[in-house]
Amino acid sequence: MLKKIIFFIIISIYISFTQNLYSNIENSDNLNRETKELNNEKIKIDPSKLIIKHIIDSHEWHLFGSGKKSIVISLPIILWDEGFKVFMSNNFNNKGNFQHKSGSYYKIFNDKIYKTNSNYNLYFTKINEPSNKKPLDISITKNVFLILFSSFLMIIIFIKLSLSYNSNNYVKYKYGILIESLILFIIKEISIPNIGLNKHEKYLPFLLTTFFFILINNLLGLLPCAPNITGNINITFVLSLMTFLITNLNGNIEYWKHIFWMPNIPIGIRFLLAPIELISIFVRPLTLCIRLFANMTAGHIIILSFICLIFIFKNILSTIIFIPFALFISLLEILVAFLQAFIFTNLSALFIGLAVKNEKKES
Amino acid sequence: MNTNLIYIGFAAVGAGLAVFGASFGIGKIGSSAMDAISRQPEASNKIQTAMIIATALIEGAALFGIVTALLAIFK
Repeated sequence: MLKKIIFFIIISIYISFTQNLYSNIENSDNLNRETKELNNEKIKIDPSKLIIKHIIDSHEWHLFGSGKKSIVISLPIILWDEGFKVFMSNNFNNKGNFQHKSGSYYKIFNDKIYKTNSNYNLYFTKINEPSNKKPLDISITKNVFLILFSSFLMIIIFIKLSLSYNSNNYVKYKYGILIESLILFIIKEISIPNIGLNKHEKYLPFLLTTFFFILINNLLGLLPCAPNITGNINITFVLSLMTFLITNLNGNIEYWKHIFWMPNIPIGIRFLLAPIELISIFVRPLTLCIRLFANMTAGHIIILSFICLIFIFKNILSTIIFIPFALFISLLEILVAFLQAFIFTNLSALFIGLAVKNEKKES
Repeated sequence: MNTNLIYIGFAAVGAGLAVFGASFGIGKIGSSAMDAISRQPEASNKIQTAMIIATALIEGAALFGIVTALLAIFK
């Protein structure tokens, strides 16, 4: 009985909030035209721009709020333009102009920094793409900051774990048992079956690092206000580039034979299959890259779309419907985070195993 | 603006088709995995691992389609 009363009170508070919102919008004929337009402009939401803004990299870290009242952490900008130029990103004024103390003028447009003359002119050749010279931009953006942070976190965790083994090989660090179970899982289920018992130790550091890097960054990207690293195709491209380099630099003669001059096949067909196999050397790591990027980006877009739907409906009761959806999708994203790290590591181990495996000798 | 809307409409249909194909594949994998587990419950761990790997690969393929649709919309 008490639960029903509390439920009724909460529902009525929600409904009273809804009435207030509607009265503000419908009484707009009492206000004059300018404020009505101002209200209308504030109310119109462009969901695609909002969603993309939360997914891509940027020079400053936007936490809460919008417009004037937004809380923003500005990150340092480091440029190489005949000498290092370092400044904070809140030095750009409202139009994006900034004059460095060495005399060069910079303008930020669409989150890219261009070098301009003293009038801050941008010369457009294509739509939304100025043709000014861009200085080399190696600044600390949101993604770079989170990569450094998560690497630091990983270094602390794993060094502490490895130092905590006492002489009996028992783990004394409390949370080390969790991490040790993951490491043993990778060794037993991913590394040894794919690469083989005698050769897997050489590639184990790469596999473990990849797995934990992808896992920790996937999970950190699910927190609110967090940057989205593994959903950035540049970063997943570098990870798959590492796999590509390791498989092809360690391939033995059997591997290259299987690609260009495969045994047990009539000679004419070998010429036909060789270009296809050559393409597949490049395409397989590329699929690793795109799979991870697309999974993470799609997950973030779905969660952000549900939250944007609340603003489109302009009704506070819609939070009851959409927040549980967003919560469910977030839980699914945790599963996808683990799964994608596992799949990336498994396929990398598979490719490495194909490259270094010996032909089975019949005993 | 009109031709842009046509491109966006086709891109959305393409993304839907990609998901349609992926769901077919994953459903088939799930059903055969359940048949296999019911026949031999001791091997259910290995079957589950293999099912999850196959699911992730099919989802990767479906997301290629969605990435292409996104590229078509935002260019």
